Amino acid sequence: MDSQVIEARRPWSAVVPAGHSLSIEDLEGNQAVDCLLYNAADTAERYSAPDTLVGQGSIFLTTGSVLRTSEARPLMTIVADDVGRHDTIGGACSKESNTLRYGHHTHHQHACVENFLAEGARWGLGKRDLVSNINWFMNVPVESDGTLGIVDGLSAPGYAVTMRAEIDTLVLISNCPQVNNPCNGFDPTPVRVTIAPGA
Amino acid sequence: MTNSGLTRGGTDTTHGARDHARAQAGGRAEAMPVVPASAWPNPPPGVAADDLVWAQTVPGGGYASKVLARGTTLRLTDVAGDACAHLLVFNADQPWERLNVADTVKIPWQAYLGAGHPLLSDQGRVLATLVTDTGGAHDALCGTSPAARNAERYGDGAAGGPTPSGRALFAVAGAKHGLGPRDLPPSVSFFKGVRVGGDGGSLEYHGSVGRGEHVELRAELGLVVLIANVPHPIDPREEYACSALDVLAWRGSPTTPEDPLWSSSPELERALMNTADYVDARGV
Repeated sequence: MDSQVIEARRPWSAVVPAGHSLSIEDLEGNQAVDCLLYNAADTAERYSAPDTLVGQGSIFLTTGSVLRTSEARPLMTIVADDVGRHDTIGGACSKESNTLRYGHHTHHQHACVENFLAEGARWGLGKRDLVSNINWFMNVPVESDGTLGIVDGLSAPGYAVTMRAEIDTLVLISNCPQVNNPCNGFDPTPVRVTIAPGA
Repeated sequence: MTNSGLTRGGTDTTHGARDHARAQAGGRAEAMPVVPASAWPNPPPGVAADDLVWAQTVPGGGYASKVLARGTTLRLTDVAGDACAHLLVFNADQPWERLNVADTVKIPWQAYLGAGHPLLSDQGRVLATLVTDTGGAHDALCGTSPAARNAERYGDGAAGGPTPSGRALFAVAGAKHGLGPRDLPPSVSFFKGVRVGGDGGSLEYHGSVGRGEHVELRAELGLVVLIANVPHPIDPREEYACSALDVLAWRGSPTTPEDPLWSSSPELERALMNTADYVDARGV
């Protein structure tokens, strides 16, 4: 078992071998964890939010959700979840999108896309490899008129989500640094990741 | 040596084969590009035939692509009521800047595409604005169909096969612009409505918006446009059903601050400002 704390605002990455599990624990509560997945053997095949949603017929991720590639192949399956609802339509924060959502004064704040680019480069990944991601512990409801937004989280200190790798999966994480919306309770905090054999 | 058993129409010589090929000119197909575009028989009201820059009917299971100048209006029409236009757009100057469906729904605080909705890039800019929408129900959540899923549902998903997947068609269309699989992000689609149910987020398929409905997109940057006309990925019908799509584009101007659309929301206004800022600095 290999356990690590990802400090607030920082990226992390690892290959989770097929059959192993990855747990992410929200240590202090309401901490969004932005996450991208890649087939470790061929990173051109990567997580696809639409194919994951189509595969399960609903927009929220929880126990039983199969996280699929753009070729519909299972990368990972969620096997345990204390929260009941994680997002995969809201995407990652970026300096550029912050200027749209909050104004140009937020441009120089740190953002998840910065983490993805810096950490992804260690694996030969670049901007072309960033697609719609998973937001663990983030709550994005859609109203009947289509209004959607990031609202207060449903997570709490010690809540965790666990997934089993179906194939060797490269996991890229940004422990979200956003301070302009409630996704991190306006205060980014650490999370713990644990890779373990079996699931 | 002769091969009289197979020859027809005198194609056993280069000159004969050339005559045979040239005799085919002037043929018509139900789905085809019209070149020049100004020869399109019925331009939309208010659009001069000479302003048309793209006129093409795309069959069900077909694809099309074009590079469009900033300011161009692109109209997609569901001719017979069973088209599904899957769309990807890229900044033609730097195709690593491309449609970001997450920002496209998150920034406007709206999951459903409709008139006034921007198609946003990953760089805080507007690639295109949806300026007209007579259909009223589209989709930005389900993406397009992967080949493996079409193979499972219809028996085949390859680009050249009888039931092509959207992803396979995008791969071929993108390749013609130097784009590979890594360059293909999640896409949007028009003319088949998808809604999120109130029961914890189920995806509901609402089907066709109807015969003859259309959408118009205004290019706010020079664009590489990829279109795949294939069944929606959650279309429940067993058969591969998809009818023809008309694609028209004509010269025009990008959105300006005088247009009510510019300041229709603070998020869109800043996105259009970012776009103008890029264009000014880039000198395009």
